[in-house]
Amino acid sequence: MRHVTSLRIGSIGFRVGSDWSAPIAVLRDLYRDYPGAEDGIPDFNVHLFAARPWRRLVRPSVHIGGDFVIPDAAPLPLAQGLLAAEMGMNLQMALGQRRYLLLHASAVERDGRALLMTGQSGAGKSTLAALLMARGWRLMGDEFALVDPATGLIHGFPRLVSLKNEAIGVMERALPNGRFGPALEGTPKGRIRHLVPDASAIAAMAEPARPALILFPSYGFEPAERPVLPSECFVRLTQASTNYVALGERGFDALTGLVRSVPAHAIDYPDTATALTQVERLWGVL
Amino acid sequence: MGGAVNPAALLAAALRDPASVLALDPPGWTALLAVARAEQLIGTLAHRVQGLAIPPAAARVLEDARASAEQGRVAALWEAEMARRALAGIGIPVVLLKGTAYAAAGLAAGTGRSIGDLDILVPRGRIGEAEAALLAAGWEWVKPDPYDDTYYRRWMHELPPLIHRERDRMIDVHHTILPLTARITPDADALLADSVALGNGLGVLAPMDMICHAAAHLFADGDLAGGMRNLWDIHCLIGEFGTEGLEARAARHGLASAVRRAARQANDLYGTPIPESWCVWDSVDPLYRRRLLARDGWGRPAHRFTRLGFYIRSHWLRMPPGLLVRHLWTKWRKAHVPG
Repeated sequence: MRHVTSLRIGSIGFRVGSDWSAPIAVLRDLYRDYPGAEDGIPDFNVHLFAARPWRRLVRPSVHIGGDFVIPDAAPLPLAQGLLAAEMGMNLQMALGQRRYLLLHASAVERDGRALLMTGQSGAGKSTLAALLMARGWRLMGDEFALVDPATGLIHGFPRLVSLKNEAIGVMERALPNGRFGPALEGTPKGRIRHLVPDASAIAAMAEPARPALILFPSYGFEPAERPVLPSECFVRLTQASTNYVALGERGFDALTGLVRSVPAHAIDYPDTATALTQVERLWGVL
Repeated sequence: MGGAVNPAALLAAALRDPASVLALDPPGWTALLAVARAEQLIGTLAHRVQGLAIPPAAARVLEDARASAEQGRVAALWEAEMARRALAGIGIPVVLLKGTAYAAAGLAAGTGRSIGDLDILVPRGRIGEAEAALLAAGWEWVKPDPYDDTYYRRWMHELPPLIHRERDRMIDVHHTILPLTARITPDADALLADSVALGNGLGVLAPMDMICHAAAHLFADGDLAGGMRNLWDIHCLIGEFGTEGLEARAARHGLASAVRRAARQANDLYGTPIPESWCVWDSVDPLYRRRLLARDGWGRPAHRFTRLGFYIRSHWLRMPPGLLVRHLWTKWRKAHVPG
């Protein structure tokens, strides 16, 4: 591929190749404080390519490929090349990760202990993780949390935080000096803007943490909290995992170990200020 | 090959001589792992290079691949057992084919191998009963299209693929090993009659038939996509069983030419021990080699026109011209005419 970059997120190395220079240039800029793949050997490859040679130039549209692909993935316009690269890396993790049990969850760390937040798209897990980062927590990742079956520890995946629609303004106000990527208009998920994790998140990105609390936030409701039993937590997390079945017994052991040892709560919240108060209170009584 | 080494040749060299990976630089490792993944040989590679002093980042990727292949083996054997239970009631023995057979029989070809669908062989006269028993046990049709369904039943060597509604795993129920429309007609009765029972209610083909089937699959059917893995199967099978009696058996199935080519190509790529007299290349062997190694350093398919040529050849092998034209016409209409 004509344009290539190598980067490491957490402990996972990627090689991203592109038929165009622009997506690689913006990746290099936003991930400039991240190291390259360890030993120069990536875990996964991502390809951003034109379906036909002339489509590099004429109405360029970016197809997402890699070691692991889903058939018929819709291409994106070149202006959304950064999103294509991020989706490509996410896809490799979702389909190809076999070292860790992958949970579709955000994670933040304080005092060596990790808080996991998971829920449907729109539940606010990315936004809450980014806001907690702004309040001094270490961001471990806004999309994936990785459970090590051997140790039970959580490994982070602090990629660029993907902010959508109203969350963009919330974070621009919370982090006026934050580093943001270009605003991407009209994506399949609306308006998207990426936020670079802060220096402490990047510096400590390969350090795992002991899970201490699991939260299932829901946005748009009157404030409410209820404990979630291990059985329900288990079922919800199997649905939040992309590789639970593929890991077989290792996945089962990792997940049952997690839900048995870590308390879980569902929190409903009408606004982020309320949610942050609920999180701090639940964390405080652990 | 000139200055730059073909990335797929790098994989062939690593499988043939694992110590060759010790000379790789990071870009070499990166290309090797990408191609191994694309060819579904990464688990096999992982076993081949186990214990060598390789860079930690590569060792981690390969350790994951080993664990993944092991989980795949467990799941494939469980699926075979599920099929056995479904068919035991009507007294149809389950003869396993391809990956699941290698794993169940504990053959070298099964070590680290990725295993996809479950492939089994049943007597043609009992295929209707087998289908009914599988449907009753939770398998369902994958292809809702009546043309595809009819096409399979009339012309193919297997039932339309079935998928299990709870385990989400596919089963291909074969009654022979090449499409009925192909010019070659293997002796399916002999395949079943000489199959070897494993003692757990499952069976596998006799050793020479396994080699014939692998060669038929690779060189008398299909477009050679994923051919490096099939050829590695053949390499392992010949390594384990030798070639004694192979020619006679291949001739019985009409597969002499396919088996010879498989042996030549395996010998060239992986150093498979074969009789000297089999090693003489014909004029198209270089083209086959080019097709087998058609990958770039990202694991993407390369040599577009070579691949297209083999794709057209695969249809030519499968169907007489009249049927081919009718088939392509129907498929084209389905894609372009609404309703």
